[in-house]
Formats: sequence, structure tokens, C-alpha cells
Amino acid sequence: MRPAANQTALRLEHLRKTYKDVVAVDSLDLEVRTGECFGLLGPNGAGKTTTIEICEGLTTPDSGEVEVLGLGWNRHANELRQRLGIQLQETQLAEKLTVIETIRLFRSFFGRGPEPAEVIALVQLEEKQKSRVGQLSGGQKQRLALACALVGDPDLLFLDEPTTGLDPQARRQLWELIEQFKLDGRTILLTTHYMDEAERLCDRVAIMDHGKVISLGTPRELIASIGVEHMVEFSSGGHKLDAAPLRHLDGVRDVTRENGSVRMQVTELHRAVPALLEELDRQRVPLTELRTHSATLEDVFVVLTGRHLRDE
Amino acid sequence: MSDLTATPGIGLREAAAKQPGGAQLADHALVQLTLVRLREFLREPEALFWVFVFPLILAAGLGLAFRNRPPEVLKIAAVSPQLADSLRREKLLDVQQLSPAAAEDALRTGKVALIAVPSEGGAVLYQYDNTNPEGRTARMLADGAVQRAAGRVDPVASRDRLLQEKGSRYIDFLVPGLLGMNLMGSAIWGMGFAIVDARRKKLMKRLVATPMPRHYYLLSFLLSRLMLLVIEVGMLLGFATIAFGVPLRGSFVDLIVLCVLGSLAFCSLGLLIASRAQTIEAASGLMNVTMMPMWVVSGVFFSSQRFPDVLQPFIKALPLTAVIDALRANMLQGGNLAQVAPQVGVLGAWLVVCFVLALKLFRWR
Repeated sequence: MRPAANQTALRLEHLRKTYKDVVAVDSLDLEVRTGECFGLLGPNGAGKTTTIEICEGLTTPDSGEVEVLGLGWNRHANELRQRLGIQLQETQLAEKLTVIETIRLFRSFFGRGPEPAEVIALVQLEEKQKSRVGQLSGGQKQRLALACALVGDPDLLFLDEPTTGLDPQARRQLWELIEQFKLDGRTILLTTHYMDEAERLCDRVAIMDHGKVISLGTPRELIASIGVEHMVEFSSGGHKLDAAPLRHLDGVRDVTRENGSVRMQVTELHRAVPALLEELDRQRVPLTELRTHSATLEDVFVVLTGRHLRDE
Repeated sequence: MSDLTATPGIGLREAAAKQPGGAQLADHALVQLTLVRLREFLREPEALFWVFVFPLILAAGLGLAFRNRPPEVLKIAAVSPQLADSLRREKLLDVQQLSPAAAEDALRTGKVALIAVPSEGGAVLYQYDNTNPEGRTARMLADGAVQRAAGRVDPVASRDRLLQEKGSRYIDFLVPGLLGMNLMGSAIWGMGFAIVDARRKKLMKRLVATPMPRHYYLLSFLLSRLMLLVIEVGMLLGFATIAFGVPLRGSFVDLIVLCVLGSLAFCSLGLLIASRAQTIEAASGLMNVTMMPMWVVSGVFFSSQRFPDVLQPFIKALPLTAVIDALRANMLQGGNLAQVAPQVGVLGAWLVVCFVLALKLFRWR
């Protein structure tokens, strides 16, 4: 029944969508393999939601090809809807219904799938199943939305920003659930603007900006691609600093200034930091703050675009 | 915290595998959607009040305010015992015998409407305020009584036949009006708010992303409305017949047909109003603009015939006028469906035209 691994679950070719004079998706090509968790990472307005809604059959592209599970939306919409699990970005489920009533409603639309009680157990809402949706916490609501996406035992799961707006604990809980579905061999396409989410959950990630994929690969590959292993950020507490010599320090690839602090892309931390301290001493500039971290997808985005993921 | 990983999750796959294919009626999508509609409505106390309780309060209040009183007995004063005797033969007069001073005082303070004073030669003097209708009525009644007591024989014999039949009172006129108004309000508000709210919350978009047949969604609104209609119409008519004895002269089946047709026509109108609106504010504005004129001109509280003749064709083409006229014809005059064919035609036209337009315009997201 289920397509074998290494097949294509989703294929997008030359996809384009414009809203009035804004190009939301600009000739996008993408392929998601069966059984993988694929992430679309990018800032708000990058075109992630438009892309995923085109895949879900909710938005029609201006041009381009969309093939989902080997089928097209024009001719196989009904079959596709039976086989897809969808979680939209900002759906508010009916507040007056209880958890179990909501699940039964969604379950009634699908020809196959688990019993409502089983789905509820899966997202760990057993104790809340008689509670009204309006009384659930943000994380519980999000888990219920996930359960609604799972009632049809989908072959392909679309999750649009599943953890946006949740507190850290609720996010971790949701991640654990999604990881469990991955173990189940489900194909997942998720969008996010949290780099840690993409790094943790996704087998492959496409970084999107202005409607285009600017980089694609496993999180490791992407981080390796920028040739920088660490980031060093420091601040000189308002003292005047000549940043030019910093570029020539050992193990430093690039230096940028960012509202009062200096950010260095570093290939070798153990050589760059002593060299930095020495240079600051030479310029008689005090060091008020120093932070280092291993390069992340966020840094990949910054290196590629010069902007942060969450700059609005 | 990591209890999620601790439980070796029931694989959804296995769960799905052991799920048998047998679907029960309760698990049918249309049944579930209709149940959701009913639950959402019944769990909204304010909606319950406006749909079920408010019409009863209105009917009770107006029924009491405009109830028909027994014929009024006018209080008058007579200054002499003989005069008082002859005046007491008139049943519609309540005669007190008072001293002249007390009588004048009573007239001035409005306790009596007229004073009868004997004057020279057996004549009678009536003192009253001729700008007061009660005074003038009392004058006529009193003079008739005095003349007859003195031996007057009326040249023309006359008799009275009193018409105080059920069905011609204000409450009888009012109840079909309230029923029509209720059919309109509950259908338009019920459809409008629920649809626009689902669209605003992106719940509609979420439903459209499932394999749910879209016409089931719209159908569930109609089905739930028809179920609530039974309670709504039953309560109002039950109250009106028990508390006020409002007659139901026409065929009960016809009455139900009219209520269902009216409700469907208004549902269709509500669907049209809600077909594109994105916010509750926009929708409620549209609903008020649609309903307000009909509340005024369609004859809920007073006959729509009071409006000028030039306006009558337009007023008669309104769905609320049609439904109320048909309900009155059925309940008060015992008319059958053939006699209200024009009204049925108007309702049918609204039903079809609005529904077709609404389907064309409807925005699913």
C-alpha cells in the first residue's frame, strides 16, 4: 500500500505564485523523498506558507508543476485529500466542542484511519478528551491540531509552523511527537522559522528567502557549506574599535558589525579567540561581552542573506 | 517531561491496520457536521436566549399590554337620590351619590367623569369636561338613562351584537408576526455568524483541506436549523395557544410546510449574506441592513397595509412579509396552501435565487 522508500513523495517544478505585485513563490523546484522529514526554513514572508498551501491543494499556482504522491491536484483531488494530513498555520478549532468531538468530526471525513481514542492517546490528550477546545493550553491545542491531521492515517503530513507561539516546554513536547511519527516511516513536510526546530527534526532542509530556495541539504551539509564552524560575538561597551585588523586574525573568515556588537565567523576557535584578545589589548579596547557558539542554520541564513531569520 | 519518549507510542500504523472498515451512521460526515452545529448552538447561552426565550417574553409582554379589557364602566356622581336611581339603570355607569361640594371636588380631581345636578322644572344639568372623551361618553350614557327613566320611547328599535371573538385580538395578530420574525432572525443569525466565524478562524479552510464533501458543510446548517425549528416553533405556538388561546385554524401540516419553507428561504438569504464576509462586524452590518427594514415594513407588529400603496408591491415581495401573511392566513383565517400561493411563490423565489447566488459567491477561505 505505502510507496517504498526512496521514491518521490512530492515534486515541485518551476512553481510560481504572485499576489498582486508581490512574488510569493518564484520558480521553485523541490523534491521530497518518501519517508523523510523535509523542512522549509525561512523568515516570515519567504513564501513557505504559500508553497505548502500549494502542495495541500488550497492555493492554485500561477504556473508550474505540482505532483503529490505521484498524483496531480487537477485530476485526483479527492484521492489526495484522503491521503494527506494537514495542519494549517493559524486554524482555531471550534472552542465549544470537546477534544473527542473534534476528532470524531475530522475522522468522519476519512475513509480509513485509527479510532478517535487512539489518535487522542497518540498526542497524549487522553485526560483532556472531554474538555472543551477553548479550555486547552496553546500546546494542547497544537497537539489537537496535529491529531486532526493524523485521523486519516496520512501518507504525507504537512505541518505549517507547528510550534510557533508555544513555550519551550510545549515545543519540546511537540518535537518528541513529530520525531515519533518519523520513526513510523511517515513523510513530513514542515515549515518553520526556528532553526533549532529544523536542525532537530529535519532530514533535509531547504532555506527559503524571497520565494526561492537559496540553499538545500541536510542540516550538517548546510552548516558545513558556509565553511565556518563557530560564531564569536563580542561587544566593546561603546569604545571605539577599528574592526579592519580583525579580518586578518588567524582563523577568522569574516567580521560584521551589528547594533553595537561585532560578529566574527570563525573557522578555528582556539586560534581566533586568543588573537582577538591580543588585538583588543593592542587597541586598548575593553571587552564587555564575549559569546561563542557552534554555527547553526541561523548562521547559514545570515551568511547567505546578511539578515536574521526572525528580522521582520 | 520526557514521558512522551518513555511511552513506546502505539504506532499509528498498527492502530490503522486493525481498524475495521465498518462505518456507522453516527460516524457519517453529514451526521457529525450536523451534530457539531447543534452542539455549538446549544452551548451558546446567549443564542439560546435570543432564539427560544426572547420571542416568548416579547409575546407575553405585548400580549399583556394590548390585552382586551372588559368594557369600561364610567364613574359619575349624582347630587340627588332620584337622579342617582334613574342613572343606575345604565349598566355602564358607576353612580355615586354625593353632596354638591364633594361632587365638584371629585370631578376636579378626575375621580368622576361627570356630575348630574337636578335644576328647576325637573331639568338636569350635566357638569363635565367636554375635551375629555370619558366625559362626553358619560354625558351620552347619563342623558339616555335619564330620558328613558322619564318615559322616553325610542322611535327605532335597536339591538347590540357584541363581537369579541378569538382571532381578532392584537395578540392573535401578533403571534404569527413574531413567529415570522423569529424564523428570519434565527436562520440569518444562525447561518451568518457561524459561517463567518468559521471563515475568520480559518476553520473553514481547515475543513476544506480534508476530504469533507463541501455540500455536506452547507447541508449541515440546513439540517440543524430544521431540527431547532421544531423546538422554536413549538415553544412559541405552544405558549401562544396555552397562555393566550391564539387559534390555529388552518391545517397544521400546512403550517409546518410554511415554517420550513420560510426558514429555508431565510437560511438561503443568510448564506448569501455570509458568502463573502470576512469579519463578524461586516457580517452583522449586512444582516442588520437586511433585516431591519423588514422588521419595520413587513407587518410584524402592525399591518403592512399602513404603508402607501406605491410601496405595497415591494413590501409584498419581501420574504418576511410573505411568511407573515401566509402564517396569518393559515392560523387566523384557516387558509390552505393554495390560498397563500403568491406568498409561497415569493418564498420559493428567494430560496432559489439566494442559494444559487450564494453558491457562486461563496468563499471557502
